[in-house]
Amino acid sequence: MISLDAKIPEGPLEQKWSRHKKEMKLVAPNNRRKYEVIIVGTGLAGGAAAASMAEMGYKVKSFCIQDSARRAHSIAAQGGINAAKNYPNDGDSVWRLFYDTIKGGDYRSREANVYRLAEVSNSIIDQAVAQGVPFAREYSGLLANRSFGGAQVSRTFYARGQTGQQLLLGAYQAMMRQVELGGIEYYTRHEMLEVVIIDGKARGIITRDLVTGEICRHEADAVILATGGYGNVFYLSTNAKNSNVTAAWRAHKKGALFANPSFVQVHPTCIPVSGDYQSKLTLMSESLRNDGRVWVPRKKGDDRHPNDIPEDERFYYLEEKYPSFGNLVPRDVASRNAKVVCDQGLGVGETGLAVYLDFRDAIARDGKEVIAAKYGNLFDMYANIAGEDPYSQPMRIFPAVHYTMGGLWVDYNLMTNIPGLFAAGEANFSDHGANRLGASALMQGLSDGYFLLPSTIGNYLADVQPGTRYGTDHEAFETAAMQAQDSIDRLLNINGKRTIIDFHRTLGRIVWDKIGISRTKEGLEEAIADIRSLRDEFWTNVYVPGEKNNYNKYLEFAGRVADFFELAELMAMDALDRDESCGCHLREEFQTEEGEAIRNDEEFNYVSAWEFKDRNGVLEEELHKEVLNFEFVELKQRSYK
Amino acid sequence: MSTNMTIHLRYWRQSGPTAKGYFEDRTLSTVNEHMSFLEMLDVLNEELQLEGKDPVEFDYDCREGICGSCNLVINGQAHGPKKGTACCQLHMRNYSDGDHITIEPPRASAFPVIKDLVVDRSAFDRIIEAGGYVSVKTGSAQEANARPIPKKDADLAFDYAACIGCGACVAACPNASASLFTSAKISHLSHLPQGDVERNNRVVAMVEQMEEEGFGDCSNFGECEAVCPKEISIAAIADMRRDYARAVIQG
Repeated sequence: MISLDAKIPEGPLEQKWSRHKKEMKLVAPNNRRKYEVIIVGTGLAGGAAAASMAEMGYKVKSFCIQDSARRAHSIAAQGGINAAKNYPNDGDSVWRLFYDTIKGGDYRSREANVYRLAEVSNSIIDQAVAQGVPFAREYSGLLANRSFGGAQVSRTFYARGQTGQQLLLGAYQAMMRQVELGGIEYYTRHEMLEVVIIDGKARGIITRDLVTGEICRHEADAVILATGGYGNVFYLSTNAKNSNVTAAWRAHKKGALFANPSFVQVHPTCIPVSGDYQSKLTLMSESLRNDGRVWVPRKKGDDRHPNDIPEDERFYYLEEKYPSFGNLVPRDVASRNAKVVCDQGLGVGETGLAVYLDFRDAIARDGKEVIAAKYGNLFDMYANIAGEDPYSQPMRIFPAVHYTMGGLWVDYNLMTNIPGLFAAGEANFSDHGANRLGASALMQGLSDGYFLLPSTIGNYLADVQPGTRYGTDHEAFETAAMQAQDSIDRLLNINGKRTIIDFHRTLGRIVWDKIGISRTKEGLEEAIADIRSLRDEFWTNVYVPGEKNNYNKYLEFAGRVADFFELAELMAMDALDRDESCGCHLREEFQTEEGEAIRNDEEFNYVSAWEFKDRNGVLEEELHKEVLNFEFVELKQRSYK
Repeated sequence: MSTNMTIHLRYWRQSGPTAKGYFEDRTLSTVNEHMSFLEMLDVLNEELQLEGKDPVEFDYDCREGICGSCNLVINGQAHGPKKGTACCQLHMRNYSDGDHITIEPPRASAFPVIKDLVVDRSAFDRIIEAGGYVSVKTGSAQEANARPIPKKDADLAFDYAACIGCGACVAACPNASASLFTSAKISHLSHLPQGDVERNNRVVAMVEQMEEEGFGDCSNFGECEAVCPKEISIAAIADMRRDYARAVIQG
């Protein structure tokens, strides 16, 4: 029987983390070297955890699928990182950062976790500055801040448009220092395929060496998965091409609960798809909506050049539907409405899957120079990718998947329901509820890695006998290694007619259409049926090229796509279970006439945590509910009026 | 409307690190001007697979010019013809119908080929390991605003910190030198007070590691700066040499 104890410490909100730190067990410095910890993933969460725990004296083994830890997808985050420093003296505080984050998540996250996140946010900035992260500064030499969506204060620290890159390089460099000092055994181009569980505890992993194809066994006293989000289930997303769900999903199939899988955030201002060959989507800062007007032609199939369409034949749908917020409605509403007009056949561009974002009026009002000073780099990026000049004609934009709030269920200590198996960063579900605010992902990854796991892992290891070793020839390692090898052999032996990318693209279209921006009961039921039949075809008709004992990227992809098929079905089940709308989860049956989400706190005020049962043609999962208790904030309906 | 182009490709094939490599030719007739360069290679690989042939391996991840995974040498130029642009951000509208394009891995003995266009760049990790960091432990940092840093220094440090570690500088250098990569990290850290403390040890350790990895010396060709997707200034190399000389003299 699975126990869903979140292990939230007693006491007032402000004291929970400090009390917990006081009460947690410690491992003495001379004993730490006797413990080995495996950390999978080297993004902000994994990289920060590896560096910090090696500094403490634990023996760390770090794994990444790329050729270097520095390539982890955290590197692509543009905007910034929140912290409650209140340098601008505009009324910010730990409480306010906590409140904005829990409200932004539409009250589907734990108060205690979110408060702790806000509490450690300031230490992250201190740490990063000490590492040499070149944050933006004022002429005074002090750190600069800017404002971001969902907040009335300026609390976002940034390094031009490359904040993720600079924070990641800070963590990476700290990690490399520990590699040099011998605290970290560093494995690149290794993919985790199975977690090994002995006597109910996580005791190691199975990896595939992506260069030689060798299946490797690694034993440890604890395993941390910091393997990122699963946005690539949609095929097209802003995620890097190698981002995947495999490590988390394989852990799920070994018993780790998967929480809130249907909570996926879609960003409204991305460069649209230009054709079937498209491999990924590129995000542009949503600050563009401050000056750009969003519209589509009123007439279906109006293929005139946008500049030739007169004012009264333009449908400024956000301004018409939301007169008070206009083009500045929140991310989810903007995304949803773009989909609605495109579904009505009003979309523009070659594919009909785009809307215009027009700066004509802003340029006429402020002059081209003012607009260029504000958005020049974004306009250049757009011109490079789309091949059109946004100063002289409207941009075409479309929403794209870019962050997954769901992930492995973890307790307050970031431990899954499997003792010794932890999950951090985007890979866990913990802090963003049903919607993540901008500049909060970097904060959470680094909070987990630098400040939470180094404490909570000690609390776990203190109860593990140091030096416990079962040996990698233990039956559990044998079985897990065999499972990993079998799934590879099976894929290579299908020898079908359709390519992996073709299957992935088709799956992505189902997930986007039916488990995407807005969902309906019928659509979700159809999605489940469609996913099952496509998955059956995949396992009989996919063509996986090459050999297993060589570098073979398409073989890697095949395994990941196989896992995405199962995850996609669970996402639909989760969305179907949740008969309410909250945050990014919009069920069309549960919305006001203006398209605002109608939350149902009576019945759905819980984290859905799914337990894998079986997969015989259909995916069998059992739902467990962690009811959320709100002791400190009052639940309110979000309003954009 | 977009138009289809015909592109004649010639790409490097090598089945493993010790195998003999060769060029293979293939003509693609469905190249679209909106495709990125790597999407064109995706199309090539789909075609190959549908014929039961092995796809061409190449490294990539973010496809938005920031992760540094891609590192193709295109018609002899690292990352291709567009200035300040990684090849994942290079679009086919920069080419014309009927063009011939040759694609190679970066050629450097410190970057051995793994397969086809994929090379081993772990030497870069080892250069950073040697000293490309500030030795600050988690939790021991002082208040972030306790020490003001002049904006111009912070901005300059950022210019160098923008390096994505792709290795184009090595690929472009006639000596296969890693001087721009190494000096960019040294200059990033030495322009900040936090990095200044370990300045001497860092420059010596990193320069020596660079030599140990088998990268060549810098002879001021300046090719590295020309191909760098982040347009990092070669001034970093001058800084590195000055710092190295001073560090050696000071001991």
